Amino acid sequence: MNRIDQRFSELKQQGRKALIPYITAGDPAPQYTVGFMHALVEAGADVIELGVPFSDPMADGPVIQKACERALKQGTRLIDLMQMVKEFRQTDTTTPIVLMGYLNPIERIGYENFADQAASAGVDGVLIVDMPPEEADEIGPLLKSRDLAAIFLVAPTTSNERAATICAHGEGYLYYVSLKGVTGAATLNADDVAEHLAPLRGMTDLPLCVGFGIRDGATAAEVAKVADGVIVGSALVNRIAESQDAPETIAGQLKSVLAEMRTAMDA
Amino acid sequence: MTVSATPAPKTKFSDLTRMPDARGHFGPYGGRFVSETLSFALEELEKTYLSLRDDPDFQAEFDYDLAHYVGRPSPLYHAKRWSASLGGAQIWLKREDLNHTGAHKVNNTIGQALLAKKTGKPRIIAETGAGQHGVASATVAARLGLECDVYMGAEDVQRQKLNVYRMRLLGARVIPVESGTRTLKDAMNEALRDWVTNVDNTFYIIGTVAGPHPYPLLVRDFNAVVGREARRQSLEQIGRLPDALIACVGGGSNALGLFYPFVEDDDVAMYGVEAGGDGVETGRHAAPLASNAPRGVLHGNRTYLMSDEAGQVSDTHSISAGLDYPGVGPEHALWKDVGRVSYVAANDKEVLEAFRELTRMEGIMPALESAHALAHAKVLAPTMRPDQHIVVNLSGRGDKDIMTVAKIDGIEF
Ligand SMILES: Cc1ncc(COP(=O)(O)O)c(C=O)c1O
Repeated sequence: MNRIDQRFSELKQQGRKALIPYITAGDPAPQYTVGFMHALVEAGADVIELGVPFSDPMADGPVIQKACERALKQGTRLIDLMQMVKEFRQTDTTTPIVLMGYLNPIERIGYENFADQAASAGVDGVLIVDMPPEEADEIGPLLKSRDLAAIFLVAPTTSNERAATICAHGEGYLYYVSLKGVTGAATLNADDVAEHLAPLRGMTDLPLCVGFGIRDGATAAEVAKVADGVIVGSALVNRIAESQDAPETIAGQLKSVLAEMRTAMDA
Repeated sequence: MTVSATPAPKTKFSDLTRMPDARGHFGPYGGRFVSETLSFALEELEKTYLSLRDDPDFQAEFDYDLAHYVGRPSPLYHAKRWSASLGGAQIWLKREDLNHTGAHKVNNTIGQALLAKKTGKPRIIAETGAGQHGVASATVAARLGLECDVYMGAEDVQRQKLNVYRMRLLGARVIPVESGTRTLKDAMNEALRDWVTNVDNTFYIIGTVAGPHPYPLLVRDFNAVVGREARRQSLEQIGRLPDALIACVGGGSNALGLFYPFVEDDDVAMYGVEAGGDGVETGRHAAPLASNAPRGVLHGNRTYLMSDEAGQVSDTHSISAGLDYPGVGPEHALWKDVGRVSYVAANDKEVLEAFRELTRMEGIMPALESAHALAHAKVLAPTMRPDQHIVVNLSGRGDKDIMTVAKIDGIEF
């Protein structure tokens, strides 16, 4: 069984909700990333979304844009992420890892090569922000045959018709984008989210995870009431940005941000 | 000159008129690579456009605006003195520079503004490089009473101050973009971020034949008036079709506009001229087709895209802000592969020479973008006979570039 499915089935049995942190790999420098990942797990992460830095992150707000810039300045490449995941897997064989990013770096190294490398490194899922299911004909089967989950986004603007298609193609979990906007934008509206998740429940058994606009324990707990998982990115990346000159302090800060959310969600 | 590395001579050029397919693909190129939030807006736009595309009332409204607001048809002008001095083929200039607002860009903004009106959205946004598309967007916004925000790379804001002020006079807000390379591609990123946030009330007027489906289709259609006129004018004024067409290629809208109505005329050769910057061999250029850049995905479509081995989009270099873009419209990518168009590059130095030459010999000051096409005419014409004919798309006028040229001449105002 794919680690993502395994993890969600455990959570379901325990009656708990998934906490899914996002960080950009290579931010503030590649040598810190694996340590950050372990720290996130210690603070209660159930799945880790590892961002692939890209020169043109069109769906991201300034916080993650700058994270990409820092990571790229340090020369972080997609193939370096594979090494990071391998290293992480030496001591953690259970926490699912999802690579999240844009299509061009994958396009450039080739879909098959990418799928091979990701599978052998110990990646569990792939979320390509600018690749809706309609454009996934080619890469989809390559991921599937290697037991890599293709994770797709659903947005507030997604029609029911589209949502049904996305549900049919999606694996691992559905990533519900809580608001119209880029990452790190305004705070979400939990009632609005609940309203949008309801019809999705009727379309799929996939866990429904919610991202964009979750910044603290309170918002995380609110969303956890209606969703199966909570995804937090900019709130963590902000801490990395603030302490980029004191990188040894970052892991501790990430832990405290995440632990606060974990506590609030489990209360 | 770089010709296609993978020619597919079996593809009939008539097949090219049936592109894109229903999902916006031009062979392996094009498509709709966007984050989910925008999918709905693009589906809606596609539906609106396809319902109006063959609607006689919509076409009549478009044609009326082109005639009475833009001033179409634009002349096809025989540059006799310049042709004689080059000593070869006769050069004819398709005078898009004479359009209202000074470039071909307005053909597209008129069309998209009509679509915006139909969708009832009160606000438009646009990205711009040279500022011509921004000016054209601000112009139609002023005319329709729509709010207008234009994203422009901070470097281009510096290079194209005159157009920035023009946009402001027209009532638009110009938002300098400080991220990335601070040029056209970053302006487009920021416009997409705005659109994803304000998709309910905002119509995004993309300025070239790039972006996600249906933009490459509709921008091509709106600019194809250039080629339809040029074809008719050639028959009237030359007495036959020209032997060759030349247009500059940034995203590729003026080139497709001119080329498209000739695509099935196998005897008409076509040349798309990209920005060679310091020279394609130096790597400092903006010529994804002529340099055989790898395939990639940016701004919603798959195309030839300048990027490094890790897939990070490359910095581009060009004297001309309007061509300073690492990708190119997906239809051009296909036309390169099937060998319908030869894609070449002109470097900054050649472009400046052509700019000065046309200005001095014909009294026409071209945009630096258009001067790329002229630079290739300088190369091509002498290889042809005086009874042969070349139509060059003079996509815009050079007023906006006077500061840039003056600076090169060491003159400060
Ligand atoms: C006069 C002129 N020509 C050409 C271009 C390049 O655009 P395209 O390749 O879409 O025609 C621009 C863009 O700003 C322009 O202003």
